[in-house]
Amino acid sequence: MKKYIAKRMFVSIVTILIILLLLFCMLQFMPGSPFNDEKLSEAQVQVLNQKYGLDQPIVVQFVNYVKNVVKGDFGVSYSISKNTDISKLLNTRLPVSFRIGGQAVVFGAIIGIMLGIAAALKSGTWIDSICTIVSVLGVSLPSYVFALAMAYFLGYRANIFPLLYNSAEAFASSVMPTIALAMFSIATVARFTRTELLEVLDSDYMLLAESKGITGRTLIVRHALRNALIPIITVLAPLVVDLMIGSLVIEKIFSIPGIGSLMVTAIQSNDYNVTITIAFIYSVMYIVLMLAVDILYGVIDPRIRLAKE
Amino acid sequence: MAEREKILEVRDLSISFKTTAGNVNAIRGVNLDLYRGETVAIVGESGSGKSVTAKAAMGILAKNGQVNSGSIKFTYTREDGEKVSCDILKMQKKEIREHINGKRIAMVFQDPMTSLNPLMTIGKQIMEGMIWHYKTPKEEAYKKAVKLLELVGITDAEKRMKNYPHQLSGGMRQRVVIAIALACNPELLICDEPTTALDVTIQAKILELIRNIQKKTGISVIYITHDLGVVAKVADYVNVMYAGKIVEKGSIDEIFYDPKHPYTWGLLSAMPDLNTADSRLFTIPGSPPNLQKPVCGDAFAPRNKYALKIDSRVEPPMFKISDSHFAATWLLHPLAPKVEMPEELKKRIIRMKEEAAV
Repeated sequence: MKKYIAKRMFVSIVTILIILLLLFCMLQFMPGSPFNDEKLSEAQVQVLNQKYGLDQPIVVQFVNYVKNVVKGDFGVSYSISKNTDISKLLNTRLPVSFRIGGQAVVFGAIIGIMLGIAAALKSGTWIDSICTIVSVLGVSLPSYVFALAMAYFLGYRANIFPLLYNSAEAFASSVMPTIALAMFSIATVARFTRTELLEVLDSDYMLLAESKGITGRTLIVRHALRNALIPIITVLAPLVVDLMIGSLVIEKIFSIPGIGSLMVTAIQSNDYNVTITIAFIYSVMYIVLMLAVDILYGVIDPRIRLAKE
Repeated sequence: MAEREKILEVRDLSISFKTTAGNVNAIRGVNLDLYRGETVAIVGESGSGKSVTAKAAMGILAKNGQVNSGSIKFTYTREDGEKVSCDILKMQKKEIREHINGKRIAMVFQDPMTSLNPLMTIGKQIMEGMIWHYKTPKEEAYKKAVKLLELVGITDAEKRMKNYPHQLSGGMRQRVVIAIALACNPELLICDEPTTALDVTIQAKILELIRNIQKKTGISVIYITHDLGVVAKVADYVNVMYAGKIVEKGSIDEIFYDPKHPYTWGLLSAMPDLNTADSRLFTIPGSPPNLQKPVCGDAFAPRNKYALKIDSRVEPPMFKISDSHFAATWLLHPLAPKVEMPEELKKRIIRMKEEAAV
């Protein structure tokens, strides 16, 4: 198991480095520069380039960049908020995004799994049909539709939650974005859980467990759910990525001061450092999640845990 | 012979399955008796309803299965030592799970590769039933599980307790499944083709194991198989099943040496044998009837070259040949023309007798 984790960690670090390189190269090939201001003379641009080390060869620029990232220094913003440390820029925004994203993942996974279990156990009944309807809606409607609908009914009409993000009421204002974001996860997880659980319920070892006389919750949790959970964990990680992409839109709608909206602004104003940093953060999150999933596999599934020894 | 005690009595069992294509009458009036300490084999080709009969006795019929009529009377000894009879078909699912499944009737399934939970150690899976039914303390259950593993012939039992199913071979897994079945000292063991998924050498060992366990524990066994070779090794009595009905039943000698039903003749002739002069293996022509439609007359008639005219109109009753031997074929009617079993089969039976005598 230890060897397995070490190997997975090593792969993750290499992947992160490659992503960093790719991001760096992509930005190099993009037209424009942070100093696109027409008022700047050629000489002034050169001075600026020199100041930020942009006149050096790409390889050197990259090595310098990696060194700084390891130290936690992402450089400064070029244009959004001139000369501010990016880490400072992120300090206030990351917690907001993480909070809403995290809430959406937990909420989506729990509700999704519960819906899926209900649908599988009562397959063919009206409960199953309701779950199917929720799943189809959740998968086919984009998150901003739910966001707008909720903003109108819950925010404007009923006036239960604040329409726009307000840091004084952080939780209340995070409810609507969380639900809007979680809809897709709920739908996907519910559908997946239903399929997996039905398959497990139909398996020979469930028949054996039943023929042993095991019933009720023990039968479902100990024998069925644990086995169904393995593939469900696999879809959870990519779902988190969908959440991040969804958050770009949702943060705009509810004017949430998170990293999603910051990224959109950064791309529009050619702020290399900010764009690269946020893209990097997204990638690291994804890789860390994948690593967590792989380790979780080992914890749950003895076939993986013991095969690696 | 001492007084035989009846432990299972199936009467007029009829089961159908609802499918998208319509109702399938899988079991059409099955009668079956099993006495304590004996082994009854149910033989028949795929789809003849062997497993369904067993599953009905376990209360684990598939969701679309429906019992139309009949009774399954099971007699067992309660914890306080009193003998109790009950009709399993009249019991609630919950009652069956609580009083019957695992505790008094246990089952061994066909495919050991898929019948163990991949996420639980085999030790836990053996102990689970005891702890569930009898609240056995963990240590005691552990000790008993180790003993069971030794009983089913697994070496290094203590070490194996911590193993997961994927670490064991198919034969070993089937031994574990048998150990699980025996965990609560059931009175009846149903083996549903327990050796079909195993290779021949392992097959022989598992059969021997079940035979030995039966000698040691006095458990009654229902053995479901399509393999007559297996039947010869394990059974005391044989029930030949065709299209949801038992067509011939008798002691092992009666079925193998004096078969009366043309279907049994066909099955025996279709057994691979090294001494048969014909270079081709005999097969029964045609295929079993579609049980979605009501069967008129004898279900086997269309495949039976000895069929009489009456076979296509009236279903034959069970004709008595001896106290234990019955067959459902009009050929046994006093007015029927005299029809002998095929010559080739006669020779084969003589050979089988000679071999048995050696």
